[in-house]
Amino acid sequence: MKYWQYLARRLGGGVISLFGLSIIIFIVSRILPGNPARMALGAMASEEQVQELTREMGLTQPLWKQYLGYMQGLLTGNLGQSLETKRAVTVDIVQYLPATLELITVSILLTIIIGIPLGVIAAQSKDGWIDHGTRLIAFFSVSVPGFFIGILFQLIFGYLLNWFPITGQMSSRFSGEVTHYTGFLLIDTLASGQLLAHLNVWHHIFLPALALSMAGMGQIMRLTRSSMIDVKNQDYVEAERGYGLPDWLVTYKYTLKNAFIPTLTVLGLLYASLLGNAFLIELVFSWPGLARYGITAVINNDFNAVVGVTMMIGVAFVGINFLIDMLVGRVDPRIRLQIEEAT
Amino acid sequence: MSTSRSNFLDQIVSDQRRKLWARAWKRFRSRPMSVIGLAIIVAVVLAALLAPVLAPYPEHAGKYTDFASALESPSLEHPLGTDHVGRDILSRVLFGYRISLMLVGVVLGFGVPTGVLLGLVAGYYGGWTETIIMRITDTALALPPLVMALAITSALQPTLWNAMLAVAALWWTWHTRLVQSIVSSERNEEYVQAAKLAGASSPHIMFKEILPNCLSPILVKVTLDAGFVILIGAGLSFIGVGVQPPQPGLGTMVSQGTGYLPDSWWFAIFPGTAIFVLVMGFNMLGDGLRDVFDVEVNR
Repeated sequence: MKYWQYLARRLGGGVISLFGLSIIIFIVSRILPGNPARMALGAMASEEQVQELTREMGLTQPLWKQYLGYMQGLLTGNLGQSLETKRAVTVDIVQYLPATLELITVSILLTIIIGIPLGVIAAQSKDGWIDHGTRLIAFFSVSVPGFFIGILFQLIFGYLLNWFPITGQMSSRFSGEVTHYTGFLLIDTLASGQLLAHLNVWHHIFLPALALSMAGMGQIMRLTRSSMIDVKNQDYVEAERGYGLPDWLVTYKYTLKNAFIPTLTVLGLLYASLLGNAFLIELVFSWPGLARYGITAVINNDFNAVVGVTMMIGVAFVGINFLIDMLVGRVDPRIRLQIEEAT
Repeated sequence: MSTSRSNFLDQIVSDQRRKLWARAWKRFRSRPMSVIGLAIIVAVVLAALLAPVLAPYPEHAGKYTDFASALESPSLEHPLGTDHVGRDILSRVLFGYRISLMLVGVVLGFGVPTGVLLGLVAGYYGGWTETIIMRITDTALALPPLVMALAITSALQPTLWNAMLAVAALWWTWHTRLVQSIVSSERNEEYVQAAKLAGASSPHIMFKEILPNCLSPILVKVTLDAGFVILIGAGLSFIGVGVQPPQPGLGTMVSQGTGYLPDSWWFAIFPGTAIFVLVMGFNMLGDGLRDVFDVEVNR
């Protein structure tokens, strides 16, 4: 089996998953009790209004026709209108997605920058106090609810120490000076040549991104530690030490490189799962992202928007997992060999 | 003759089993973290069960208001302070634990047996059965659990029961995956072949021969799951689609409390800490059990 065949198989699996997901969402949204039109309009709406909206949303057609229409919409990117913002759901998603992607990307970078070195240090001082310390941090970080970490950070670094702003994406005084090229503020501020605004965006994003990264950071720290210890006991590492290579070179170049592969897979899963956790962090920090849009949609029974956001997250989830499969297939010689052997 | 021989064999097996358990218990006790974890869980479960007796103001768990004593800071009278309508937070936390533990019970009580059964069937039979079951499982895993639960809850009404239903409806998938991966490697083991040759039925092999070998990873996973279920339930309540006020959901209380930060910090901080303590207990216990049984299980 060639590399591209392996990729095609993985991609096929992902597409089937998404197809299944579209069916699940369709069933959940259409067959479960409750008329979406009635729910959207609220208890105060008259019967005529409800009937009119029901027709408008195509809910009077037979189910299979509804499904075809819905699938056609999904494939062409037409997800209908949001009942709340009165705009096309696709337009809304395009507007809110960058803020979320920006947040989870900075968050995963923080996970890598802080988590991996701490894991390496923990492995080197195995059973020392740093090791125990990282173990405690790891425990702490997977046991605290994400939203609660956010609140604690706001309380400590925002209210108490006044180091960071508590909510929002950028101070309002900059908003007039930045042109929106991509929707990613970190890029747009640079592209507009607004260095101060750029730093201001970093200042705003740091706290929510750190809060979001906590849960994964513990995991990455422990994983890096255990795979470092595994690799460290291999003969070839022993040999390198025997040759008299300096300690840091052996650790960071030869050991870490191989120890990184399992970490890479988990990082991918983590990146995708951040999309879910971002829901809570965005709520805490009033972050104008997709998650907050999704929650507003859920609470207001904004039917099309819920379907759109859920599908969007599904696509991102499957897409990121596919990218990771691709990377791991390239990086890990064992998987590369498996692929070739399966011919 | 044959009975005495099988009695003898049974004796050996049960002796061995007792030794294994004794050794496991010894290993468990030698880890302070897991003992602390177990102690936390036992304490919380007892506190939740005895909430009507232990809570200083049991009537504050529901729709009670006393605006005169709203947002009082922690004192002897109210060890964790009072909330925005003057209810004792300690009492509400104790009743909140009941809801969290009930969520765990319902979700795992439904999810684990379903997941284990599907995993056994998929792993044992292989082929198309396996492909179909695992495809469905992968699909249900194609979304972060919180988002999936949010989507399902939104289609229904945002109540505690619907949130439980939503979380339970997708929880089996993790156990299906775990059990399927174990069974598909176990099914080629000699003891399974021997049982087949001896003419044992498929259900017998699945439940009596293979399942016992899956129990320790399942147990570890269930313990770690419990913490995760609590976190998801708290998250849903925090968003506003789980436990509805005036019911004392821990996540709901944190959400209400954020409106009173930083001055009335106790309102959000104590219920949040309560969630953390219980989840930490389950994680410590799960981690200890993982070492005791020496199994690889991730959350």
